Amino acid sequence: MSQPVLVAQNLTKTYGNNVIFRNISLSVNERDTIVIVGPSGTGKSTLLRCLNLLTKADSGKIWLDGVEITDPTCCSEDECRQRIGMVFQNFLLFNHLTALDNVMIGLTKVKKMPKEQARRKAVEELERVGLVDRAGHYPGQLSGGQQQRVAIARALAMEPRVMLFDEPTSALDPELIGEVLAVMKQLAREGMTMLVVTHEMGFAREVANRMIFMEKGQILEEGTPDDLFERPKYERTRQFLWKIAELHGRKAPEENG
Amino acid sequence: MAEWFYFFYTALPAFLNGALVTLELTAVGVLAGFVLGLASALGRVYGGRWLRWLAIGYIELFRGTPLLVQLFLVYYGLPGLGLTLDRMPSAFIALALNSGAYQAEYLRGSILAIGEGQMMAGRAIGLSRWQTIRYIILPQALRLAIPAWSNEPVSLLKSTAVAFLIAVPDLMTRAKALAVQTYDPIGAYIAVAVIYLAMVYVLDAFLKLLEERARIPGYSVEGKKA
Ligand SMILES: Nc1ncnc2c1ncn2[C@@H]1O[C@H](COP(=O)(O)OP(=O)(O)OP(=O)(O)O)[C@@H](O)[C@H]1O
Ligand SMILES: [Mg+2]
Repeated sequence: MSQPVLVAQNLTKTYGNNVIFRNISLSVNERDTIVIVGPSGTGKSTLLRCLNLLTKADSGKIWLDGVEITDPTCCSEDECRQRIGMVFQNFLLFNHLTALDNVMIGLTKVKKMPKEQARRKAVEELERVGLVDRAGHYPGQLSGGQQQRVAIARALAMEPRVMLFDEPTSALDPELIGEVLAVMKQLAREGMTMLVVTHEMGFAREVANRMIFMEKGQILEEGTPDDLFERPKYERTRQFLWKIAELHGRKAPEENG
Repeated sequence: MAEWFYFFYTALPAFLNGALVTLELTAVGVLAGFVLGLASALGRVYGGRWLRWLAIGYIELFRGTPLLVQLFLVYYGLPGLGLTLDRMPSAFIALALNSGAYQAEYLRGSILAIGEGQMMAGRAIGLSRWQTIRYIILPQALRLAIPAWSNEPVSLLKSTAVAFLIAVPDLMTRAKALAVQTYDPIGAYIAVAVIYLAMVYVLDAFLKLLEERARIPGYSVEGKKA
């Protein structure tokens, strides 16, 4: 079995009296593509935000490459965060910067890379998502699919150990979903470690080596996509998966590559 | 009418000197006010409890009291505390403090309008909180603020006329002097109104240009495609 990259143990998160999830543990190994599914409001986004320390979990520990990042004495949060890439449902590109500058800014301001070197690196990352020809465009001048690919390039530029995707295609028009999934599939093939919250069941079955079904703040069931689709332990899992497969998975346009 | 133009012509040098002082008061008030306003807006949005209350206190105090009272307190009140200031510095300080409170509210509104998402995205690539404010939030918030904020320099330009009441030699003071000298208050005040109007017009044009220049391609306030 390959190295664990990101490990969470007994994470609990509450907002006031509202328990979002309790004692969640998971381990993401090198080259894994793990898909998390679950009903709305289950805490999937909150879990991803806890994993890269954007939100503080109430209790529990998180390790990145064997180092406990929830231990305040180990390293600065900002340092940890740049090694965990994150892609959001609504892209969240920096609106005042061109695509190129969106990708460059982390390199120049966080990694303190010289401008020229950062520019070359940013161009490479835009190439990787097929958008070099849009380098000079502002987010408002790009389609949703293109914005999301720039957002992926922005995260990749930091050379993260693991990429977290929070429903990266659910804000997109159906005809734009394919181009983003294609980029993610290519990343998986290149061996990027990924944790993906998505309802794209076609993607899950094709790419994921593990699937997690989350409900009401708990991991109800996990296993390979085939396990969960064909031999689920709980009737609830089967129902949910086939329902969203019908809603999302089947209609997704086939993309090349 | 011809008489009035003659009057205007002979008084022009005095008016121009006054106009320069008025512009100086406006420029210092707007610029120093901007620094104060930006600091208080940031303090109010991102500061801890104490900083937030300090900012709120300052903003509410100076928006809630007349500029004239503030000016008098600086000019006549500070000497009582052992700090005597000349007319110009007193006017600068009162105008800056007053304008800062208004500018803080414009800036705060636009910082809040940028939203949590941009902060989260900035933090997610490893920028610190302060770096995200500096490189991500402010560049957008300042642009967003321009249309509403543009009221402030224009409004302050006219408000500088209160400096007349501590005898700063601004446009208003010159008008008053000429009105007395020439026994023609109507002519003097119409002339001064025309000059204020011209200055406001030029300032407005400049601010429009600034707004145009700062526009982000493809991005408008509502986040729609332009
Ligand atoms: N900042 C917050 N303060 C209070 N409650 C919050 C906050 N953020 C999220 N919640 C609550 O936490 C719960 C889980 O939200 P979360 O966004 O993580 O769910 P999700 O599984 O990602 O749902 P979706 O599929 O709709 O994205 C929700 O009930 C939400 O109302
Ligand atoms: Mg969510």
